[in-house]
Amino acid sequence: MADIAVQQRAARPPIREATAWQQVKSNRNFIALWFMLPAMAFLIFFLAYPLGLGIWISFTDARIGRPGAFIGLENYEWLWDDSIFWLSVFNTLLYTFVASAIKFGIGLYLALLLNENMPFKAMLRALVLIPFIVPTVLSALAFWWIFDSQFSIISWSLKEMGLITENINFLGDVYWARACVIFANIWRGVPFVAITLLAGLQTVSPSLYEAATLDGATRWQMFRNITYPLLTPIIAVVMTFSVLFTFTDFQLIWAMTRGGPVNSTHLMATLSYQRAIIGGVLGEGAAISNAMIPFLLAAIMVSWFGLQRRKWQQGENND
Amino acid sequence: MSSVQIRDVRKSFGGFEVLHGVSIPIEDGAFVVLVGPSGCGKSTLLRMLAGLENITSGTISIGDKVVNNVQPKERDIAMVFQNYALYPHMTVADNMGFSLKLRGASADEISTGVKRAAEILALTPLLDRYPRQLSGGQRQRVAMGRAIVRDPQVFLFDEPLSNLDAKLRVAMRTEIKELHQRLKTTTVYVTHDQIEAMTMADKIVVMHDGIVEQMGTPLELYDRPDNQFVAGFIGSPSMNFLSGRVKSNGTAEFEGPNGVRLPLGSAPANSEGRPAVYGIRPEHFTIADDGAEAEIVVVEPTGSETQVFAKLGGEQVVAVFRERHQFNPGEKIRLKPDPALVHLFDETTGKRLN
Repeated sequence: MADIAVQQRAARPPIREATAWQQVKSNRNFIALWFMLPAMAFLIFFLAYPLGLGIWISFTDARIGRPGAFIGLENYEWLWDDSIFWLSVFNTLLYTFVASAIKFGIGLYLALLLNENMPFKAMLRALVLIPFIVPTVLSALAFWWIFDSQFSIISWSLKEMGLITENINFLGDVYWARACVIFANIWRGVPFVAITLLAGLQTVSPSLYEAATLDGATRWQMFRNITYPLLTPIIAVVMTFSVLFTFTDFQLIWAMTRGGPVNSTHLMATLSYQRAIIGGVLGEGAAISNAMIPFLLAAIMVSWFGLQRRKWQQGENND
Repeated sequence: MSSVQIRDVRKSFGGFEVLHGVSIPIEDGAFVVLVGPSGCGKSTLLRMLAGLENITSGTISIGDKVVNNVQPKERDIAMVFQNYALYPHMTVADNMGFSLKLRGASADEISTGVKRAAEILALTPLLDRYPRQLSGGQRQRVAMGRAIVRDPQVFLFDEPLSNLDAKLRVAMRTEIKELHQRLKTTTVYVTHDQIEAMTMADKIVVMHDGIVEQMGTPLELYDRPDNQFVAGFIGSPSMNFLSGRVKSNGTAEFEGPNGVRLPLGSAPANSEGRPAVYGIRPEHFTIADDGAEAEIVVVEPTGSETQVFAKLGGEQVVAVFRERHQFNPGEKIRLKPDPALVHLFDETTGKRLN
């Protein structure tokens, strides 16, 4: 070792300036551009282009197999006077608000429950996820059978118990149908809310609860003063997603009711599909789809303000 | 303020006993430090005192009331956690006033209480800040402030300084001690750092593997450790231990490893030839012509003192000198233990012999 240290080192090559190309290669912005390109390409081809095309089609009288000519706002004028369209707007809002509120309530309850120490905790957490894992159409078909007018297991059970004498026409009655699709949506959406809130709950340090115990807080006071405020950022995220998914829901409705009876469960998404693809009137369908944009933007704005970094949160300094 | 009595307390986690009958009397107004290596059960004991863990058997009383079945909030204690456990979404003032708010105190009462505590801890300018805007030392003080506001019978500290850097730790040590001298509230303080224990405590309780090894004032523990564990745990650098046998014929002496002769103040009765462990603190060596020969391995000067690692009879020992000697690795020196300050321990039980 000593020998090596003492040995003459080979002559070093002279230091030379980096060429222009070498400088470009190591320029961070240049490298960043290449890293951004794939994501940008995806966003442009699969999001921006379809959205732009949809908006363009809504200004034309395109039908399937015919490009159509520009007709300005005519599609929207038609919709303004279309009572079915307004019914679908009402249905969508009802569906979204009722389902989201109940999903939040049940999801939060489940999250709090699963956050407790109890036997088979891991298994119960996995069980809660099942409705989320089952393909939507599959679960919709299952609900379709559960709510079937003749073979409904609910009607059958109630009849066996002697509580009713005739089958309930779940999907054939306006109010029952709405309740049923909302129920199915809740069943499917709760796991997402519950698991995400559970993840949020687990970021709350247990020592805060211990400190609160010593400070004399009851269970309810702990929830009100510690859990809930610390959970608000994640609640804002999860509810935004929940509202967006519910508002744009299509699969469940289409598999269960196709919008019936008498359009009472038609959401904007299903109506748009019915008019554009089944009915072939692409322009009008696109206009219905585009009518969802203001509502979605409003939902996003609400969450944008809900998501504003609170002063106490870690990270960015804003004092 | 209250005394605390811990009587024959045991704790098991699912059949595995971690505390094997611990009894500690704590006088009113005392500053008691529970110290021991990690896993010795000191934090568990503190949490049992706070009511965060159940007591498997035995009793804990605060004042003259047994609190085994008393809710944590009814025990009139306040605890400072290792990670401070400040509520991140509340300002310093809200953090400190939270317990009063829960108790249903009026806004006036809360603000007076918070102000008083903030003044004691020099936190007044920080009352509107959030925990994340504070430095480690400030958070630590807020955690203490939260305890002070409640004006409890007993303060509990669970390794409160271990998240701070070395310099701040020393400063906070003094601050906590000063606070105790001012408030005179009974305090139970858990740490694994024997220096913290030595500097702060009125009474140290050394714990190890779920039992109390020794209780006493810091200097009692330093001067007369009951057993080899306490001897090795208290003091830094820790005590040197050399195995060998006692020679009590003629002058009392100790025959160390490889026949090294070491002086003994007095030998215990009937101990001729008895195998034992010879303990001598690094600071109780002197350099003397009649000392045992040792070869210097490493020299570590710290300015105020110099630590010398040397081979004595083939065993490595540490000696600390405040005087400046000229030491060089490889040199031979003659180390002489102060016979009056030698500790002798039983080889198997580790119990003190002299």
